Amino acid sequence: MPSTPRPRRRTTVGGVLGELLVTVGVLVLGFVGWQVWLSDDILGSQQQAAAETFAQSLSGEAPAGEPAAELRTDEPPVSAAPGDREAFAVVYIPRFGDFQRVVGQGTSRFVLDSLDLGLAHYDTSAMPGETGNFAIAGHRNGQGGPFTRLDELVVGDRIYVQTSGVWYVYEYRDSEYVEPTQVDVVAPVPNQPGVAPTDRIMTMTTCHPEWSAATRLITYSVFVGWSETMPAELAAIQGGA
Amino acid sequence: MYGALWRVLPGPWPVRLLIVLALLAGVAYALIFHAYPWVMQTFFPTPDATVE
Repeated sequence: MPSTPRPRRRTTVGGVLGELLVTVGVLVLGFVGWQVWLSDDILGSQQQAAAETFAQSLSGEAPAGEPAAELRTDEPPVSAAPGDREAFAVVYIPRFGDFQRVVGQGTSRFVLDSLDLGLAHYDTSAMPGETGNFAIAGHRNGQGGPFTRLDELVVGDRIYVQTSGVWYVYEYRDSEYVEPTQVDVVAPVPNQPGVAPTDRIMTMTTCHPEWSAATRLITYSVFVGWSETMPAELAAIQGGA
Repeated sequence: MYGALWRVLPGPWPVRLLIVLALLAGVAYALIFHAYPWVMQTFFPTPDATVE
């Protein structure tokens, strides 16, 4: 059967323009899909890796030591406030799986959007373990979305905060949904501005609902103890890592 | 444009197909791990998660 060569279609300006437009469309759709389904996994795993590195540098100076079987309940040591944007702690939330994120000082965009940090400490709030309110913020979605699952905490869930040489343990108690202007949730005594604190509270804030900035999800946890090495219960979860 | 690319590629069509797939994979990788993260961080800041 004689095969006639297919007539070669000529490249025209319109044809190239059409192909370019289709390409742009595919790229834009790809970005939308990436943002919704992939971005938090990809950027989040970068934040996780950065946190694992930083956690090692926090405990790297001293010999790692045995995990602490018992939590101490006496007065915990409190570190001085770090400089703006400085990384100073790592938060572990086993409810979210293998979850470690670095806390940076100040709730600036720089800290919140950073792939090396991700959690942002309200710089006017208490430091971990300090009497008062240790308050941090994190994105619900986007830029790693550390707090995507913040609404899944169950009463009694433990949250571990590692600083240089000290581990603070908090236990989740309750949450509320507030307007973005409700700054009193990060007051030393939440929602009672001006009242002198007697308890050690940890507050985490994020956006609600997902992909929206309409309201804020606020979670409160209370301090239960501290240790000088990784608490044994967390070490067990982390597989002895 | 893409027709021209196809004609420029060497070899019989299965070879060309393999090259095209490899190119596509490379482009997808660059987009997913480099271009899209940069676009998101630069042009689509996520709304603040803070109370203020």
